[in-house]
Amino acid sequence: MVRHVARRLLQLIPMLLGITIISFIIIQLSPGDFLAEIRLNPIVSQQTVDQMRANFGLDQPLHVQYFRWVWNAVRLDFGYSFAFQVPVIWLIGSRLLNSVILNLVAFAVAWALAIPLGIYTAKRQYSAADNSLSFAAYVGISTPTFFSGLFLLYWAFKTGWFPIGGMTSIDHDFLSSWGKILDVAHHMVLPVLVLGVFGVAGLMRQMRANLLEVLRHDYVRTARSKGLSERVVVNKHAVRNAINPLITIFGFSLGGLLGGSAILENVLGWPGIGKLLVDATIQKDLYVVMASLVIGSVTLVVGNLIADILLVASDPRIRYD
Amino acid sequence: MARAVVGAIRPASDAEAAASQEVRTPGQLAWRQLRRHRMALIGGAVLVVLYFMATFAEFLAPYTLDYSDRVRFFHPPVIPKFVDAQGVSLRPFVHGTTLTDPGLRTYTADPSRRYYVRLLVQGEPYRMFGIFPSRRHLFGVDQPGRIFLMGTDQEGRDQFSRILYGSRISMSIGLLAAAVTIPIGLVYGGISGYYGGRVDNIMMRLSEIIIAFPEFYLLLTLAAVLPPAVGCTNRFYLITLILSFIGWAGFSRIIRGIVLALKEQEYVLAAKAGGLDDFRIIVRHILPQTSSFVIVVATLGIPAAILGESGLSFFGFGVQEPCSSWGNLLTKASSLPTLILSPWLLFPGMFIIAAVVAFNLFGDGLRDALDPRHRTG
Repeated sequence: MVRHVARRLLQLIPMLLGITIISFIIIQLSPGDFLAEIRLNPIVSQQTVDQMRANFGLDQPLHVQYFRWVWNAVRLDFGYSFAFQVPVIWLIGSRLLNSVILNLVAFAVAWALAIPLGIYTAKRQYSAADNSLSFAAYVGISTPTFFSGLFLLYWAFKTGWFPIGGMTSIDHDFLSSWGKILDVAHHMVLPVLVLGVFGVAGLMRQMRANLLEVLRHDYVRTARSKGLSERVVVNKHAVRNAINPLITIFGFSLGGLLGGSAILENVLGWPGIGKLLVDATIQKDLYVVMASLVIGSVTLVVGNLIADILLVASDPRIRYD
Repeated sequence: MARAVVGAIRPASDAEAAASQEVRTPGQLAWRQLRRHRMALIGGAVLVVLYFMATFAEFLAPYTLDYSDRVRFFHPPVIPKFVDAQGVSLRPFVHGTTLTDPGLRTYTADPSRRYYVRLLVQGEPYRMFGIFPSRRHLFGVDQPGRIFLMGTDQEGRDQFSRILYGSRISMSIGLLAAAVTIPIGLVYGGISGYYGGRVDNIMMRLSEIIIAFPEFYLLLTLAAVLPPAVGCTNRFYLITLILSFIGWAGFSRIIRGIVLALKEQEYVLAAKAGGLDDFRIIVRHILPQTSSFVIVVATLGIPAAILGESGLSFFGFGVQEPCSSWGNLLTKASSLPTLILSPWLLFPGMFIIAAVVAFNLFGDGLRDALDPRHRTG
């Protein structure tokens, strides 16, 4: 087990190199650079532009730029943001936290709702409740988050119940610390609703399928014929085994904690890493895009690794080495 | 075999014997199963309607793609009526409108004149399929009446017509992406699984790099690479390529898993012993075994491509003006002040949802139909 994890961690190194090389190539391919706009500005002299080029290292050959970036990134120095004129790591640090908070809450809501709903629909397979919930789940996984986000924005405006976008109110800084938390929570309702519904739909279908599969097994029949009540059969015997495969999904969702909300953050103006990435892409803020891509990929890969480990830990039938 | 024995023991009429010995092909079995899956059939029917709309967009749309009535910008949807102050009419009609408050974009109807909805009317000229010139539209109203079933945008362009034209891009991008992804994934996964060992290791590590990127991040940065002025058609193909570039890796991994299991089967060993070269064994003998799986993955992968395109276009990195796709039409709704005054700009989203739900339902039904283990008898 330890050897397996160690090997997987070692495999991460060439993978990260590949990820950074691809990110670097993609960004270099894109037409124009951050300085293109500054160059058009008549107030800025050619000398200043050259100076900026040299400062950012843009005058060096490509491979030099790349290795310089990698060497710095190893020491957690992701360079400077052209647009904000601050180190990328500052920028990403705060945005990362915002994204993780949003996704964690949505994640908790999704799991808390999806498991009971999945059990409920499996117990009443093909009933009216099952059919309508299953259809709702189909619609849930099929709705683009930017559309549901826009729809809820409209609804929030019409009812006036929730703030329209953003993460904090204008007077946030003047609130007590308890008030600050409530303020953020109030702003979080809409995005959590969108992400939560999306998550519930997928998880609920999974849970329902798992439980239906388990209920066909012999030991369930044995438990029933032993005269156990249906509640005990389902809750004590079947559900425990049906939840097992979901542990892997749990690991995968950890990997998606950053990427999952990218589109929605832009629609609702949530200052997370997804919004940062879109803004940086538009502004050609090279090092910010690089860092977001790499950090997003690392969380995904690490999430998959955790999923793998959890799977081995929870299922005695699977053995590595 | 079993049926023949039963027939011999229990003599039956000729017709009955013929029926009992009838052998169903796998295709017939799958169809029989699919027909039982009502939701899948509904999904399939919705898809037929959507593709019909996409094919005959020019004829079905009351206006052309760039027809614009600049006096009627952000006009609310006009719903044909049967009743007004003058009484009941068996033919649906609309009233003319005039802009009364440009700030709040309020239009007031003029109930004194009715414009009847007519079938096969002469209207804006277009070229059917880009070839045959025509002026005939399925329905419309007489000038100067306007029939904006789903309202208009900031330039007074009919949203319903633009949705119909947009369905061409949105509904075909998934098919095209699948057509590119599947052959690449099949060959890549086939080679990787068949040879195994070091080849497999290197090929899979390469595909893992693609999978390691959060999908939307990679999609976005790749789309930002596209040169800004390439024209609608080229941009459409480039977006398709990007979607395929992201999709092939996951697909090839699954194919590799199947091939890994298949290559130890006796018929493959027999083909090898018979002296067939590796490429022929992979392409002619192993890959056809994955066909039902490929069909299902394609059907369930198309909605992912539709969602990907609409997301990209929504942020302005995909299909761009003056072309229309469902995602690109929704861009106008992304400004809150506009959205609040003109909520009908959300209509294209309904089409995205309908198409994606339909593909998902149909794909799930297809999976049950093609997989013998899922059949319900």
